[in-house]
Amino acid sequence: MKILITAILVFGSMIFYQNFPDGNMILQKVDDNMSSETNITESQMIIHGKRGSRTVISKGYTQGHNKSFTEYLAPDRDKGTKMLKLEDRLWIFSPSTDRTIQLSGHMLRQSVMGSDLSYEDMMEDRKLSEMYDVKVVGEETIDLRKSWVLELNAKVEDVSYVKRKLWVDQVRYVPLKEELFAKSGQLLKKTVMSDITKISNRWYPKKINFKDMLKDGKGTDFVVTLFSLM
Amino acid sequence: MLFKLAYKNLEGAGLRTWLTVGVLSFAFVIIILINGIVNGFNDQAINDAVNWEIGNGKLQNEKYDAYDPFSIKDGHGILPDSKNKDLVPVLIRQASIYPQGRMVSVTLNGIDINQKLLKLPTILLQQSTEEIPAIIGKRMAASANLKKGDQVLMRWRDSHGTFDAANISVAGIFNTNVTTVDAGQIWISLKKLRAMTDLDKSTTLFIAEKDYKQERVAGWKFLDQDELLKDLRAMVQIERISDSIIYLLLLAIALLAIFDTQVLSVFRRQREIGTYISLGMTRPQVVGLFTIEGSMNSILAIIVGGIYGIPLFLYLSYYGIAIPAGADNMGLSMGEKITPVFGAGLVLGTISLVVISSTIVSFLPSRKIAKMNPVDALKGKIQ
Repeated sequence: MKILITAILVFGSMIFYQNFPDGNMILQKVDDNMSSETNITESQMIIHGKRGSRTVISKGYTQGHNKSFTEYLAPDRDKGTKMLKLEDRLWIFSPSTDRTIQLSGHMLRQSVMGSDLSYEDMMEDRKLSEMYDVKVVGEETIDLRKSWVLELNAKVEDVSYVKRKLWVDQVRYVPLKEELFAKSGQLLKKTVMSDITKISNRWYPKKINFKDMLKDGKGTDFVVTLFSLM
Repeated sequence: MLFKLAYKNLEGAGLRTWLTVGVLSFAFVIIILINGIVNGFNDQAINDAVNWEIGNGKLQNEKYDAYDPFSIKDGHGILPDSKNKDLVPVLIRQASIYPQGRMVSVTLNGIDINQKLLKLPTILLQQSTEEIPAIIGKRMAASANLKKGDQVLMRWRDSHGTFDAANISVAGIFNTNVTTVDAGQIWISLKKLRAMTDLDKSTTLFIAEKDYKQERVAGWKFLDQDELLKDLRAMVQIERISDSIIYLLLLAIALLAIFDTQVLSVFRRQREIGTYISLGMTRPQVVGLFTIEGSMNSILAIIVGGIYGIPLFLYLSYYGIAIPAGADNMGLSMGEKITPVFGAGLVLGTISLVVISSTIVSFLPSRKIAKMNPVDALKGKIQ
């Protein structure tokens, strides 16, 4: 009897998984969709704090995965601040002190302009398919869009998050939600993408909510106001 | 005879003498008091640093620099077992804790829980049955709003840079004046930290015990106590210089009073000077008399200063000077009280300073006597 139940379960799960497409194919399409060689982005970062929200406007120039430059345009307090990222190094120029400093160690773990994003989150630049083994574990509907639920487990050692869970639109191959986990299984961060727009021939989320799950608050909204691919 | 005469002259000057003596004695007491406090602070800071942080020196991985947070990531290594006798190993990593839903960056220190060299209460880590027990200082506890028995979520990276997170439990809170082992610092078991970060046998630095015999080890550098206390001593020296401005000003006021008195005496007591010379005193003897009169002010000041200073110094040496709460936030870390140290060198040095400086300022106006014509002086003619 036990053997029979086991056989049914194994056979049943095989049939169940066979209905799902190949996870690597999905992840590859996500990488292709989300990565571009060169782009210019103008965005608003809406930081929800305990005493209200504030908006930081910036313009970013990105080349490949390793090079990016961001200039903050507003508010006045942050205007003129510039950030340069070259591979795994990050420099910040502050106009108030007229100094350029390289961020390191604990400073990289500080939040960017008080948001739920840390500098080291911004440093993560490799394609998901290069870092993770993927398994499709289900499908869910998010905001009326059918999505595959992907479980990503690190296949290389030097990744920030050993495990991720990714909800990918079944048609547009754009992530709709993502959860990032620590080695212990503790949920660390959650990202929700919305306002999916077609730019050139690819779909791109124009609004992303980042939430550090270990901190209180509503997280940080990242709204793209101008996006151009080169 | 000159001393007796000088004393009688000073006594005759009455209130003017006692005002000068009063100011000079005040300067004398303040010089000793301020230097005693600085000495006390210096001794206390050095003892605390040795007992809580540096032991008898540190053997650091060459890539690690305490002043450079860039170096923490790679500034560790494995020291051969044969070389780590009489050393307390410490592994340093960076982490974040999330008390009350806010992120606080911390330095995570793994230390041998059996160590007895430093005053860190690592025995609490031994006794705890929690998964990750930790000890923190009172400043860290205050800034993160943590108390003994609390649990707080901590996030860190392993040797490959992968995030991990778990709750740590506060096994104890220690009270130290050494902010470098307290503010922003969390201490856990070295064995635990090595397991948490996949850094088996790795160490950032070793703290030397008394019997440690220094030898060259490739990839490691030894910093002795003098090197490690260099900054602290430099800071105390700056403090000493800035404090000296206050008491030198006081001393200058007192010396100015002596100088003025001397100038006035030479001017107003010309007939007396003439009389001394007429009676057979040589000019240098008269100059000596006036100089002794002036410098005798300092002797009297030392006696008067001793009358109220000695009980004050004894009281402060015994009970110390209480430091108001919150003084820590002003930059220098201090204990709840400072016990001033009044050494013989300090007292004798101050006596010498006061006596010599008052003798010099007494002598300078008196030199005019040597050029006086005794007949004119006797007549009271202004010269």
